[in-house]
Amino acid sequence: MAEVKLTQKDRMAVAWRHQFLQGSWNYERMQNGGWCYAMIPAIKRLYSTKEEQSAALKRHLEFYNTHPYVSAPIIGVTLALEEERANGAPVEDQAIQGVKVGMMGPLAGVGDPVFWFTVRPILGALGASMAMGGSILGPILFFVLWNLIRMAFLWYTQEFGYSVGSEIAKDLSGGLLGKVTEIASILGMFIIGSLVQRWVSISFTPIVSTVSQSEGAYIDWSSLPAGTEGIKSALEQYAALGPTGLNIDKVTSLQDNLNQLIPGLAAVLLTLLCCRLLKKNVSPIAIILALFAVGIAGRLLGFM
Amino acid sequence: MGGISIVLVVLVAFLAGMEGILDEFQFHQPLVACTLIGIVTGHPTEGIILGGSLQMIALGWANVGAAVAPDAALASVASAIIMVKGLGDGSADVQTAISTSIALAVPLSVAGLFLTMLCRTIAIPMVHFMDAAAEKGDFRGVEIWQLLAIGLQGIRIAIPAAMLCLIPAEAVTTMLNSMPAWLSGGMAVGGGMVAAVGYAMVINMMATAEVWPFFVLGFVLACIGDLTLIALGAIGIALALIYIGLKDLAKQGGGAGGGSGDPLGDILNDY
Repeated sequence: MAEVKLTQKDRMAVAWRHQFLQGSWNYERMQNGGWCYAMIPAIKRLYSTKEEQSAALKRHLEFYNTHPYVSAPIIGVTLALEEERANGAPVEDQAIQGVKVGMMGPLAGVGDPVFWFTVRPILGALGASMAMGGSILGPILFFVLWNLIRMAFLWYTQEFGYSVGSEIAKDLSGGLLGKVTEIASILGMFIIGSLVQRWVSISFTPIVSTVSQSEGAYIDWSSLPAGTEGIKSALEQYAALGPTGLNIDKVTSLQDNLNQLIPGLAAVLLTLLCCRLLKKNVSPIAIILALFAVGIAGRLLGFM
Repeated sequence: MGGISIVLVVLVAFLAGMEGILDEFQFHQPLVACTLIGIVTGHPTEGIILGGSLQMIALGWANVGAAVAPDAALASVASAIIMVKGLGDGSADVQTAISTSIALAVPLSVAGLFLTMLCRTIAIPMVHFMDAAAEKGDFRGVEIWQLLAIGLQGIRIAIPAAMLCLIPAEAVTTMLNSMPAWLSGGMAVGGGMVAAVGYAMVINMMATAEVWPFFVLGFVLACIGDLTLIALGAIGIALALIYIGLKDLAKQGGGAGGGSGDPLGDILNDY
């Protein structure tokens, strides 16, 4: 009997369908339907009798759940195992299910921090910061970069899984995955730190002090030269004096005082408070609604 | 909103709904969904700004294991439609329309969550039909049920979107215009703080005693306004590589030095 091999076209068809892994996500067996759907091109190639095909379909409708991207190397390994089995190697059902279950846990542990908590927040923040200024480049950059990274990852790790086959289990316990996760969490925490500083905005408006400034520390609007010369002179003085030069009185708000400690201190405190509340199993939705309530109360009472 | 616009909005909503579960192309992320709805309704700039603002809030929203996060798909689609309605005849203030839409997005993201749970329950009998198809070796049957399940997730967002499209624009504009300043201002203040929740979700996922110092570094360095996000990213990668490299080195050194794990102690002992 001639050996059956999966062609590159078959593997590409599997990789394409693998993108719909979570489509039939259900509370009973989670991603099983999508997994089976993705395997169909391979099953068609490898098995010719109705009995074998039916057995293969059922075999791949077992419970399965992992991160949808790191699932790619798992499906690659499974393709290799199915190919061996179709060519007469003694690969049991349990072996295939065992490989899937054995890999899905540890890999999900890598996929979540790397994709959901490092790459997406970074690309999202990059795109969003451009978009908030109204630039179409923001969404385009996010969409294109994300999908390039994602598709390259899906295809190349599936091919990797296919080429190393069941050997991959050894690599899993090796240090590489741990290192990737570690780098991702360091980078993620660093970026989140800067995002908190830049994008969580809290401003306390109460006025702490109003001081009359001495002559020369403010622009004397009444004695400016007339016409455009006056504008020029005012702009020059403004450049030298800074924003406090606009009025005789120097107004210091509570926010100015806080900013002298470190800009964004209140933002970081709020974030840490949210961390604590989430750890105590307070629902994120409840916290979000509470923050809106605080915002409205703050505006009504005039302190924010 | 014209007939063609409504059809396109529903189409975008369908894509967003599918992606809300698939999580591949990211059509459900506010940055993409709000922009697309803005474009098809003739308000591209406002859509992009709304998308950017919502994206900052939704950065940390991800479904991990059993934990459920607010649903970005319904939040971005529905709030974008409401914003477009509010902008409708140009009588509403753009900033008010955007900040109100952001505030409305939050309860919508909860509603979306329940719809997702509903779909995930309906998917159970669907995979049983797949089982039956598999029993007969019927490839087509398995494929059709998979596609129907995905379609169901698309409809989850498409139907609410279509319903929102049918609300008369005047109703939304009147609501926006009758809103007192303290309410819209307060919502804007709240919107500024809400991003903290998403960031806290990310932090709780990744924080260990080992990586907290990097959070502090990121926070402090971000005070320097000249550093763009790309620059900060480069610093972050450099720090991560340096740290991992040094840690490896320390492990090797510890092994060679008799494994006491205390280089200073070793030096003192030798001395």
